[in-house]
Amino acid sequence: MSGKTVIEKIFTNHSEEDISPGKIVWIDLDVVTARDFGGPNVVKNFNNNYEGQSVFDPSKVFFTFDLTVPPKTIQYANNQMICRNFAKEKGIKVFDIDKGIGTHTLIENGLVQSGSIVVGTDSHMNILGAVNSFGQGMGDVDITFGFRYGRTWFEVPATVKVNIKGDPSYDYSAKDLVIKVLSILKTDKLLGKSVEFYGELIKKLNLPERITFLSMITEMGGIVGFIPFNENTSNEIKEMAGLDKVAPEIKADEDASYFEIIDLDISDIESMVSAPPYPHNGVKISDLDKVYVDFGFVGSCTNGRIEDLLKVWAILKGKKIKEGVQLAIVPATVEVYKQAFEKGILKDLLDAGAIISNPGCGGCAQGHIGMTGKGEVMVSTGNRNFPGKQGDGFNYLTSPEVVAYSVLNGFISDREL
Amino acid sequence: MDEFKVKGKVWLITDNNGDLINDIDTDQIFHNAFLHITEISEMGEHTFGNLEGWKDFPEKCNPGDIVFAGSNFGSGSSRQQAVDCFEALGIKAIVADSYGAIYKRNAINSGFPILTFNQINNLVKEAGMKNRDEIEIDFLAGELKNISSGKIFKIDLFSKVQKDIMEKGSLLTI
Repeated sequence: MSGKTVIEKIFTNHSEEDISPGKIVWIDLDVVTARDFGGPNVVKNFNNNYEGQSVFDPSKVFFTFDLTVPPKTIQYANNQMICRNFAKEKGIKVFDIDKGIGTHTLIENGLVQSGSIVVGTDSHMNILGAVNSFGQGMGDVDITFGFRYGRTWFEVPATVKVNIKGDPSYDYSAKDLVIKVLSILKTDKLLGKSVEFYGELIKKLNLPERITFLSMITEMGGIVGFIPFNENTSNEIKEMAGLDKVAPEIKADEDASYFEIIDLDISDIESMVSAPPYPHNGVKISDLDKVYVDFGFVGSCTNGRIEDLLKVWAILKGKKIKEGVQLAIVPATVEVYKQAFEKGILKDLLDAGAIISNPGCGGCAQGHIGMTGKGEVMVSTGNRNFPGKQGDGFNYLTSPEVVAYSVLNGFISDREL
Repeated sequence: MDEFKVKGKVWLITDNNGDLINDIDTDQIFHNAFLHITEISEMGEHTFGNLEGWKDFPEKCNPGDIVFAGSNFGSGSSRQQAVDCFEALGIKAIVADSYGAIYKRNAINSGFPILTFNQINNLVKEAGMKNRDEIEIDFLAGELKNISSGKIFKIDLFSKVQKDIMEKGSLLTI
């Protein structure tokens, strides 16, 4: 019998059934969450189907408000109120509108360990792969069942092994890397698959870079991605989670069997953007015609950590962004916001002309922090640029560095010109 | 069993070239501007509200219609509304080349029939299926019949779980 992949091991630890790809099994859940989006529907489903019943374990169920925070319409205010009232009734903790992006908040609060299975109403739940756990975004019916029973069905995903190889000479970022990989693999190669990435080029990524890279497995159509730890990863997780100890890494067996093994040579990587209208539409900036920008956005679950903000600060410090161009910065969480405050970078960013917003999903979620008008161009560190997602214009996805240089120069660029 | 059979008229969600559109994401199906809506009956009018060429879908479709699309249908967000909006319009089933992983779960869990048809564009390009053709799908027999043309194709549900949940109505009532 052959060995197991990472996802097969995590499933095996959470199920009484034999785990093999393609098989449908029942899985126990460690943490079940709902956001202010999805959450009110979960409450409604729960009350309609399980009236008067309790959630499976109030210490494992959370609301994480991050979509429209603070609420900008009466409907969102009512939806959040519905969740808060339900939480009070069932004894559930709410990470409220002040906290920031739910997935990041879960990591920062030590609620996700190596090998955990965590579900929530967020399609980028799989960023938890960065801390070696399985995060799965789900709709409100699924989450309602999870709230009540703490388990769900899964079709065990097959695993694809991707070896990242090459000898790149360019000083690229994790965002360049993921856009490059996404532009090669598109949305069909990994559809419905768990993915393990190997090779020194990927293993050397630090934790925030792993979050950036693995958040965009969703855009590749994949279920979740994993990268083997390097010598610092465990300590980085401890630090982010505020824990003295974390569970040991779940590694694939040497003789695990893979659905497919893909070798990717990224030697020719440069600064990348995802040109609209698709995240997988990766283009080298050097191949791009001059694209004037109207709006820059730094933030999201993909690039909203302090390390991302520091990169922007290093470029914009003491300078002014181009007249007529706007820049919005949204820290992923209140912890990131505090770090930015303590490091003293906020004043420099404000002096440069940035808008700095409270933490959350603003910027991606319904343009709570800025949208484009018809035909306007946004450069964004987010993860989706589908038509209409962030306004009526064109949205280029890229790294924090490129956003900073682009708002400085007034056109998409990866250096000061 | 009747709940495992549908009969209705076809909507081929195609682009200007007549190809079924791939990668239709949840923001094109049900835009994030309407995520606050929790009543299924209010969701229908926003279906395909952000999909170029198909924004008038809610007005022109009829209850009982069946929707056909390309690959990776429903990629993107986890919003259940992107499934529920079709239910609100009385759409009886969706047939696509493949689905976004979360979308597939959401549809299965709410007992909404979605089916895959490999190389679905061949249905249009080679087998000549046209908009408003009348078809019948028998989920258990795994058969798609184009009543208008008389042609019969093989089609399957995903799994026993999908059948079990459809039988009970939803994951929440099993």
